[in-house]
Amino acid sequence: MPVIRVMEPGMFTTVQDLGREGYGEMGVSPSGAADALSLRIGNRLVGNGEGAAGLEMTLVGGTFEFSEPGTLALTGADFGAWLDDVPVEMWRSCEVRAGQTLRMEGTRDGARGYLCVRGGIAVAEVMGSASTHVLSGMGGFAGRVLRRGDVLQIGGQAGAEQPFARSALGKAPPQQRLAGRILSTAGRKLVRARKKLRVTVGPQSDWFGPAAPRRFYGDAYRVTEESNRMGLRLAGPVVEKLPRGEMISEGVASGAIQVPESGMPIILFVEQQTTGGYPKIANVISADFHSLGQLRPRDEISFELVDWEMARALLREQEALLGSDERLFD
Amino acid sequence: MPVLLNGMTKISQSGERFVPASDQTLLIYFGESISQEAHELVVRFLRLLEREPLRNVRNVHPAYCSVLVKFDALRWTHAELEAALRERISRLGSVPLPAARVVEIPACYEKAYAPDMAEICARRGWSAERVIALHTATSYQVYFLGFVPGFAYLGELPEELAEARLATPRRAVPAGSVAIAGRQTAVYPFATPGGWRLIGRTPMRMFRAEDGGSSVLAIGDRVQFRAISAEEFLELEKTCR
Repeated sequence: MPVIRVMEPGMFTTVQDLGREGYGEMGVSPSGAADALSLRIGNRLVGNGEGAAGLEMTLVGGTFEFSEPGTLALTGADFGAWLDDVPVEMWRSCEVRAGQTLRMEGTRDGARGYLCVRGGIAVAEVMGSASTHVLSGMGGFAGRVLRRGDVLQIGGQAGAEQPFARSALGKAPPQQRLAGRILSTAGRKLVRARKKLRVTVGPQSDWFGPAAPRRFYGDAYRVTEESNRMGLRLAGPVVEKLPRGEMISEGVASGAIQVPESGMPIILFVEQQTTGGYPKIANVISADFHSLGQLRPRDEISFELVDWEMARALLREQEALLGSDERLFD
Repeated sequence: MPVLLNGMTKISQSGERFVPASDQTLLIYFGESISQEAHELVVRFLRLLEREPLRNVRNVHPAYCSVLVKFDALRWTHAELEAALRERISRLGSVPLPAARVVEIPACYEKAYAPDMAEICARRGWSAERVIALHTATSYQVYFLGFVPGFAYLGELPEELAEARLATPRRAVPAGSVAIAGRQTAVYPFATPGGWRLIGRTPMRMFRAEDGGSSVLAIGDRVQFRAISAEEFLELEKTCR
């Protein structure tokens, strides 16, 4: 079986797919790629099903050696990549020969980069998903971040070989037709991470003082160093709460913006706690989730309120573009 | 508090409140306070959704008196889903409440495993034995699992043992820690940050991801803690692995 040898793991690299849904009753959060759009497109570039497992790298990329020829694509944050001595273009499938080494550096833009390989990263699925949930040591490669010396198997993952483009041939296209597949201008616009995040109104928006909305929507917030896959902790103007006592803990949605005692908002993210007892002022819309995965410490962000109809329309637009090979790739 | 029996039970239908939480989630409140009645409605609702699943509903997150339902936003609007859920909720009375399992959790309350015991005792002028006796005297309701995989919210803790959370949460609580906060008690399944006070530790592995995932505790169970010695802890730890 073809393998990838981890020569350098990078700063925080995990195996991720699109996450495990359906285990909320056990307190299990979905996990999965922090920027799911980038993973989905990366998989499409190499001819995988969208949900195949790839590597998610954070801020600093890794160095990987390929045992056999294959096809790979790099999406998400640009870490500046070389295959041996040749620079690798982002958002484009490329061929790798046996024994070649893919080397990446620190981020030039964004927080998370994805390495997708044709056939997917083969790890045992846990509760229906290959994604790593670091806190509970679940899924992915041994339930943890990658280390130097790890050997990852390629291929054999269910779903990885699903025909992309639902092609008329009814099977995955031959290797040579994948080489050089590249994301279109419309696709690039779609994946661009937003710093002005669109949100819908939170379930406890009436728990906040009259000045809170002007503050929250009018000013900028900074992403702090204490941000990770569980949540993004923000610093900025205090969101003032009304003295309403303690809230009864309830289920929390992905992208929920909760305000603890400090008044500093926290955006709950892919490895989020599944329930919580802090009031939520707003919730990032689904169409902007991928942008959260690209936020770095010290990035400045702001919030823009949209209604349910707009949130749904933006998601529909995004999925329509993703559903079309013609529009997504050149 | 009304006692709800298995089988046909009269349930007031007026109380549910629906609130969109995000563009792909809807919150349903079965009550506005923590009560056995609201808890039983939550359990019945989960069992009904299990028996008659709704298409394009992806996940549910139960809590004390609410359930967060996650759905495919391209297939449902909040209003459509609310209507579909209201229809099901109108039939909750016919959903049998599963009989509660009683799960025994062995816990060692000795010093090495109970970093907050001394302070809790000192505040009350109690011995550790008194705290242990109180903590093991009652069987607790599993209200729901949340926070992290396998973390069960258990209640109600006797009033005399109610403790405020730590002002500064610990960065890492050892896995298996038995903890208390307010009128609640719980076991931390993993080494996670935590602000509850630690009074003991169980050698049991509370959550296993293998084989499709399994949790020692499930919503609706009852829990009985049993005090064990440090020797027993070490012995059980070997078999629980």
